[in-house]
Amino acid sequence: MSKKILEIDNLTFNYDGANVLENINLSLNEKDFLAIIGPNGGGKSTLLKLILDILQTKNGKITINGQNPTQQLSHIGYVPQNTNINTSFPIKVIEVVLMGHISDKKPIFGYSDTEKACALGALSQVGIEEFANAKIGSLSGGQRQRVMIARALCNHPALLLLDEPTASIDVNGQKQIYELLKELNKHMTIVVVSHDISVTLNYANKVAYINKFLTLHSNISRFSTTPQNGHFCEVELMQMFRGKNV
Amino acid sequence: MFEIFTVDFMQNALIAGTIVSLISGIIGSLIVVNRMVFLAGGIAHTSYGGIGFAIFFGLPIFLGASIFAIVASVLMAFLTLKYKERVDTFIGLIWATGMAIGVILIDLTPGYNVDLMSYLFGSILVVETADIYTMLGVLAIILTVVIFGYRNILAVSYDSQYAHIRGLNVGLFYTLILVTSSIGIVMTMKVVGLILVIAMLTIPVFIAEKISSSLIGMMIYSGLISTFFTIIGLMVSYNYNLTTGATIILVSVVGMILFLVMQKSFKILKEEILLK
Ligand SMILES: Nc1ncnc2c1ncn2[C@@H]1O[C@H](COP(=O)(O)OP(=O)(O)OP(=O)(O)O)[C@@H](O)[C@H]1O
Ligand SMILES: [Mg+2]
Repeated sequence: MSKKILEIDNLTFNYDGANVLENINLSLNEKDFLAIIGPNGGGKSTLLKLILDILQTKNGKITINGQNPTQQLSHIGYVPQNTNINTSFPIKVIEVVLMGHISDKKPIFGYSDTEKACALGALSQVGIEEFANAKIGSLSGGQRQRVMIARALCNHPALLLLDEPTASIDVNGQKQIYELLKELNKHMTIVVVSHDISVTLNYANKVAYINKFLTLHSNISRFSTTPQNGHFCEVELMQMFRGKNV
Repeated sequence: MFEIFTVDFMQNALIAGTIVSLISGIIGSLIVVNRMVFLAGGIAHTSYGGIGFAIFFGLPIFLGASIFAIVASVLMAFLTLKYKERVDTFIGLIWATGMAIGVILIDLTPGYNVDLMSYLFGSILVVETADIYTMLGVLAIILTVVIFGYRNILAVSYDSQYAHIRGLNVGLFYTLILVTSSIGIVMTMKVVGLILVIAMLTIPVFIAEKISSSLIGMMIYSGLISTFFTIIGLMVSYNYNLTTGATIILVSVVGMILFLVMQKSFKILKEEILLK
C-alpha cells in the first residue's frame, strides 16, 4: 500500500467572481503519475497554483504529506506555464537553475560547488548543458522551457508539478522529456498538465479532466497502450469523459 | 586640463563623484531590472520633503532626506505587494506630496534663503570631508546587502513567484531592495540633483546591460561606466565653468550615443567580413 502524498478535499476557488474551481477532490499516492487535461480556462493552472500556495482559498483543504502546502514547499518542484517572463533580464541559464536550490547550508555568498554541479546535472538531464553560461534571453522558447524543467528538478522534489512543460518543445525533445519524467517517476510523484494526450497517456497512471469540476480516471492503461488507429486526441478523450457524466 | 586633480575642492569632488558613481551603478542596476525607474523618481521627489523637513527643524539635510526616502520606500513596498495594479497612482501621489511638503516647510522656515538650484541640479563642488565619509558608509551598506543577499535578491528580482515557492520571504527582500535603493538615490542626488538623478541611475545601466550577462556583471560595468562619465563631466565642467550635474549627464548621453554607434558599426563590419 503506497503512501498518500497529496490530498485535496472539497476545494472551491474564485478570483473575485464566479467559481473557477468547484468541489475538487483529489488524492495522489507516492509515485503516481497524473495527467491533467481540460479546455483553456478550465482551471488547470489555477489548481496547480493553489497546491503551491501561490493562491489561497478558504473553501476546502489541501494537504501535502499530511501538512499545509506552506510547510511542504521545499518538497515540490514546479514548471510554470509561462516561461517567457523577464526574458530581457541579465541572468545566465545556470543562475536560473540555481534558483531551484534550497539548501539549509547556504554558503555566505555565491553558490556552493555541490549546488553548481547539481544544477549542471539537471541541465544535462534536459539536454542543454552547453547553454549553461548563456544569457536566458538568448535561448529559444523551447530551450527556455527546458531550463525551467531543470530548475524544478534541482531540489530533488517528492512532488513535481508541470504546467504544459512541452508546449513549445520539438517532437524529439518531447519524447526525451517524457522519458526523463518516466525515469523520475520511479522515485517521485508527477503531475503534468498537457494537451498532448497521445504522449501523456503512455506515461500516466491517472488522468484528471478539469473544467471547473474535476473528474478522475485511475487505471487508464486499458485505453492508453493500444492506440489502434493512430493516437488519441484530446477531443475524443474529453468525449469519453463527458459520457461518464462530467 | 588635469590641474583639477590638484585643486583642493576638486579633489573632494572627484572622490565623492567616484563613490557616488559606484553607488548609482549598483542600485541603478537593481532599479532597472526590477522595473522601478518611475518608483525611483517618486522616492527622489519624496525625499525633497525630507530636505524641507531637515531645514525647518534644523537637522542635517542628508538625515532628513534619507528618513523621508526610507519611509516612502517601505510604504511603497507595502503598497506594491498589496495592490500591484494601482502602483502608478501611489507613486504619483508620494511624488507630489513629498515635493509639496518640502516647498511648504521651506516657506515656513523664517529667514531661510535656500539655494534651490543646488538640490535640483546637485552640489558636488561643495562636498565636505564629512560628506565623503557618509558616502563611503552608504557604499559599504549597499555592498554588504548586495554581496550577502545576492542570490536572494536575484531570485526575487528575476522571478518572485518562484522565489516564493522556494520558501523565500519575497516581501522582505523586495523591501530591502527598495530601501537600499532609496538611500543610494539620496546620495546620487547630491551629485546630479533631483532633476537629473534618474538619468544618472539609468544611462550607465543601459550601456552595461548590453555587455553583461549577469546582474553582478551589470552592476560592476555600470559602476565603472558611471565613474568614467562623472570624471569626464567634472573635468569638462571645471574647464568651461558649467553646472557640474548637468555636464555629467550630457557627457553620459554623448557616451551612450557613441557606444550605440560603435556597436552598430561593429555589427555591420562583422557581417561584411562574414559575407566575404
Ligand atoms: N489572475 C487571474 N485573475 C482573474 N481571473 C483569472 C486569473 N487567472 C486565471 N483566471 C481565470 O480563471 C479561469 C481558469 O484559468 P486557468 O489559467 O486556471 O485555466 P487553464 O485550465 O490553465 O487554461 P489554459 O489551458 O489556457 O492554460 C479562467 O477563466 C481565467 O480567466
Ligand atoms: Mg494553464
